Amino acid sequence: MSDSNNKWIGENTIRPDGADKVTGRAAFAADTSMPGMIWGKVLRSPHAHAVIKSIDTSKAEALPGVKAVMTAADIVDFPVDTPVALGIQDMRWMCRNVMAREKALFHGHPVAAVAAMTEAIAAEACKLIEVDYDVLPHAIEIDDALADDAPILHDWMEFDGKPSNIAGTIEHSKGDVEAGFAEADVVIERDFTTRPVHQGYIEPHACLVSVASDNKTTIWSSSQGQFMVRAMVGLLTGLTQSDIRAIPAEIGGGFGGKTIVYLEPLATILSKKSGRPVKMTMTREEVMRASGPTSGSKSTIKIGVKKDGTITAAEGLYWLQAGGLPGAPVRGAVGCALAPYDIPNGHTLGYDVVCNRSKVAAYRAPGAPIGAFGVECVLDELAEEIGMDPLDLRLKNAAKEGTEAVHGPVYPVMGYVESLTSAKAHEHYNAPLGPNQGRGVASGFWFNAGGESSAQVNITEDGNVVVTTGHPDIGGSRAGIANICAELLGIDYKRISVLIGDTATIGFSNLTGGSRVLFASSMVVTESTRTVIRTLCELAAKIWDIDPDAVTWEDGEARPAGANAGKFDPLTLAELAARANETGGPIGAGAQVNTTGAEGGFGTHICDVEVDPELGIARVIRYTVLMDVGRAVHPAYVEGQMQGGAAQAIGWALNEEYLYDKDGKVDNPGFLDYRMPVASDLPMIDTHIIEVPNPKHPQGVRGVGEVPLVPGLAAVRNAVHNATGIRFNDLPLSPPRILAALDVREAAE
Amino acid sequence: MAKLHISTTINGEPEEFLCTPDETMLDVLRNQLDLTGAKEGCGSGDCGACSITLDGTLVCSCLMLAAEAEGKAITTIEGMAEGETLHPLQQKFLEEAALQCGICTPGMLIAAKALLDENPDPTETEVRFWLAGNLCRCTGYDKIIRAVLDTAADMRGAS
Amino acid sequence: MQYLAPTSLDDAIGAYAGAGGAGRILAGGTDLLVQMQAGMVAPGLIVDIKNIAEVTGIEETAEGGFIVGAAVSGAALEKHAGFAAAWPGVLEGLNLIGSTQIQGRASLGGNLCNGSPAADSVPAMVAAGAILTVQGPDGRREIAVEDVPTGPGKTSLKPGEIAVSFAFPPRAVGQGDAYLRMIPRTEMDIAVVGVGVNLTLEGGVCTSARVGLGAVAPTVLLVEDAAKALIGTKLEDSALEAAAAACSAACNPIDDKRGTIAYRTRVAGVLLKRTAAIAAERSLRT
Repeated sequence: MSDSNNKWIGENTIRPDGADKVTGRAAFAADTSMPGMIWGKVLRSPHAHAVIKSIDTSKAEALPGVKAVMTAADIVDFPVDTPVALGIQDMRWMCRNVMAREKALFHGHPVAAVAAMTEAIAAEACKLIEVDYDVLPHAIEIDDALADDAPILHDWMEFDGKPSNIAGTIEHSKGDVEAGFAEADVVIERDFTTRPVHQGYIEPHACLVSVASDNKTTIWSSSQGQFMVRAMVGLLTGLTQSDIRAIPAEIGGGFGGKTIVYLEPLATILSKKSGRPVKMTMTREEVMRASGPTSGSKSTIKIGVKKDGTITAAEGLYWLQAGGLPGAPVRGAVGCALAPYDIPNGHTLGYDVVCNRSKVAAYRAPGAPIGAFGVECVLDELAEEIGMDPLDLRLKNAAKEGTEAVHGPVYPVMGYVESLTSAKAHEHYNAPLGPNQGRGVASGFWFNAGGESSAQVNITEDGNVVVTTGHPDIGGSRAGIANICAELLGIDYKRISVLIGDTATIGFSNLTGGSRVLFASSMVVTESTRTVIRTLCELAAKIWDIDPDAVTWEDGEARPAGANAGKFDPLTLAELAARANETGGPIGAGAQVNTTGAEGGFGTHICDVEVDPELGIARVIRYTVLMDVGRAVHPAYVEGQMQGGAAQAIGWALNEEYLYDKDGKVDNPGFLDYRMPVASDLPMIDTHIIEVPNPKHPQGVRGVGEVPLVPGLAAVRNAVHNATGIRFNDLPLSPPRILAALDVREAAE
Repeated sequence: MAKLHISTTINGEPEEFLCTPDETMLDVLRNQLDLTGAKEGCGSGDCGACSITLDGTLVCSCLMLAAEAEGKAITTIEGMAEGETLHPLQQKFLEEAALQCGICTPGMLIAAKALLDENPDPTETEVRFWLAGNLCRCTGYDKIIRAVLDTAADMRGAS
Repeated sequence: MQYLAPTSLDDAIGAYAGAGGAGRILAGGTDLLVQMQAGMVAPGLIVDIKNIAEVTGIEETAEGGFIVGAAVSGAALEKHAGFAAAWPGVLEGLNLIGSTQIQGRASLGGNLCNGSPAADSVPAMVAAGAILTVQGPDGRREIAVEDVPTGPGKTSLKPGEIAVSFAFPPRAVGQGDAYLRMIPRTEMDIAVVGVGVNLTLEGGVCTSARVGLGAVAPTVLLVEDAAKALIGTKLEDSALEAAAAACSAACNPIDDKRGTIAYRTRVAGVLLKRTAAIAAERSLRT
């Protein structure tokens, strides 16, 4: 499928949900209500680490207006010794995360919940619940959790035969690292840290749940997967999944953070107990204290190169914070760290470390930005050390088709090299810099994902099209699907409605995550649409009384497949739809596939910063994202992913971090002091789309959602180094940190 | 808490409602008047998702008591299009993909319109600082800023 | 809880004083509503003063000074061309508070009476020599702005007293003011340090100066040593360095989530120099 022949693929069409979104009609999780609805509220632990000795809810239950009270005793218990995996989660941890069971593991951990006639009464009732805690010492930072005398969060957790806060490890090895370092002319080893950062979606978690007396349950919530919601709620409440209908509300941002449940199981239990629909919404403070974030990390990176730039060996050791329960994104860190490079001898090892913070959730290429950060910083230093352009160093070692990655796979055709050569040739890379300005580059990789996807394509009686898929649309995927379906059918994209089905109306579809949605859903939409086209051709054949193989579908109409087929006037989609009843019945087709062939994605970033040497402020003044996207089905939304990812990386690099007080409480649980970039903090973010089509996908699609975050931390840091001459190995590059380093240097001079 | 009877104007139409003295305008819009276009992202004036105008001035409806609406005129996102005709900003946001998840979009549009009402020819810097109180986590702001600048240029050309 | 929106100052004072400590004044509400939503305060009575003409008006005096109502919003004050030309530094301070949305509501009176050491408009008002008029059950009185805050969240207003208006002196030729603050982002943060400078240049010589310093002590400070270091000089580097040193010396900050003691102390001096330069440049234009 070449670009020039495409009419809709590659067009910046208006998204199917657009008019609703610009007029306030679009219904997000908190925007709906039901007759008889009451409000739920969560009581949260005031302690970072405490044994829950007892909970007395009697006073809360007695408060007028209170309809139901629940605790962990109402949730299905999954014993810690029997894994129950559900996607990337484990129900052992989920049942303890949605409500503290034996212990409160972080400040803000739910310990009970109330449903009442008003939100105010529910909040009042929470205050009447008496919890007897045995407060324990807490460990927030990695070093605190790994110390010899660290408080051990879980008495059943052991590592190396000893009680430990290390929940597990993931390791990749290739070749002989020691031999590789021995071959190197220059070896650099550095330690790095990154801080936990929140996904920062603007929509707080919210849901509305109604459980009828026969257990028929309707869940309206904002998540990255209605089927994930159905399964987790079923497992945590004991309801059967066929009784649960999970409806995906419009989702106000997720970035991975809405791939798990927080409120839905609680609201379900409260609704069942009260017999009323229950609505629950988190405040921003609750979002910041008890949802997400991604891990903080420390790492040690060692890379050796020859004088010509050839990497002989690389090693990365990582420790990632999981929060109170296991599950740090170690796989992303150790898997993606060295993935952009053809390295003969490589070793990565990562530790999953529990600590008294909220349990981490996925965040855009989970773990990969952490993995890439130290590697891309050390490469920057190596390039300087051997007097090589940093892009040339990356080009010299760039992974390409046939490269065996340290994390295992052998790469197919891909456009990483193109991202580097395009960067090198880009006007940005060659533009002059002013005083106190610096430029940095970095590259990054993300696995991308396929997995289960379902779609239904139906032709309406008036000859238009309704496409239903099973993945919440988090960034414009409906527009991409409309383009693809319009292309295949040869009709105007405006004749296609694209909807997200609920768990009762569309087949199982895995989460919106892993940059999989357009990849996977366009595969099932393509299969369904092709079936529909076959049906349409068969209908035309019946009308013309010729063989179905003698009919072709072109430009939205059935045509005889050449002169031998006979001479018939084409039949349009509308004409065939109008005659469907007499010729065969409803026209529609579905497909359900466990999709494969999602290949990894690569990108390279160029960042310019200007540093105020008296205040220590670093501002990004120019930014360019170059990336192989396979095929840009809707280029504007592809650019949007590239720009949004870069902006999140800039925030992570410069100012975002969780601050804790001495009692283990988050000290900045709001948008005021958790400093995400605002409009005036950023420049325009330039994009350079590279299209090396994925040969395993009908439209050549690769994932585009996550790669754009991965290189950004190091690109910003390398630019700050270029501006100041100082190598900062700890994020964020906040003004006090930069100014202190400048002062140290000045004192040394 | 005894309820107050408030008479106000919302999107050009007279409106009356009852509210408790501590209720915010945002809560009344969303929970009583079914105007759920204004979103609550923070409840503390830091995200702008609940933006409305009050007698023509851009404000956060989460930081305004509903009782303060007495005798005032409020506009919300639901009042931005005229009938079926979208405001040029709404149209441009669609054409230029200036939204992804869409949760910040109503507040962003209300704020952008307030800017163009006051300053029909803003610079990029002026747009960025005016919209600094409207957080967006999806777009990196690029397409939003471009859409506002392009709308301003179109509207100047049209007038 | 009760909500009142009286149209006369006397009615407002009567109700406010009558509520004792349970009453709160509502001007722009950008602090009060945040505190209420966070559960930090639960007032028994809210007195909305925005229907009172005197606290919402802007008046130019016969001498060329300004009387600005305590509840005038930043958005409204910005539209007053005369004030904006005379006191750009004060306007800068007020309009650095929060977003455009916040500026649609936030007022000088609220910013001052909230008692935050980091209040952006207060160093500029201190530098300007603004005088606050308050009225309470015992009548009216005037207080220099620098004497209003007495500690974090605390003011010298007596029970029942309401901030009515601020008096800004007339602008003479050769005067200029400015306000700068340091924040990590470009917008939406609370000041880590804020500096207001108001000075007079006659023939290139600084003949008067006032320096207000915010976010580095329990209250906004009037830094007289910094002013002294500037007066009588041509604002040469040595004078600016001396004033900067005086600002840093005046700092008595805390380490908190917004900044460290060392960082705040250091930056106070940097900002003094930058703010003074802007004020001096503006003084050439009046």
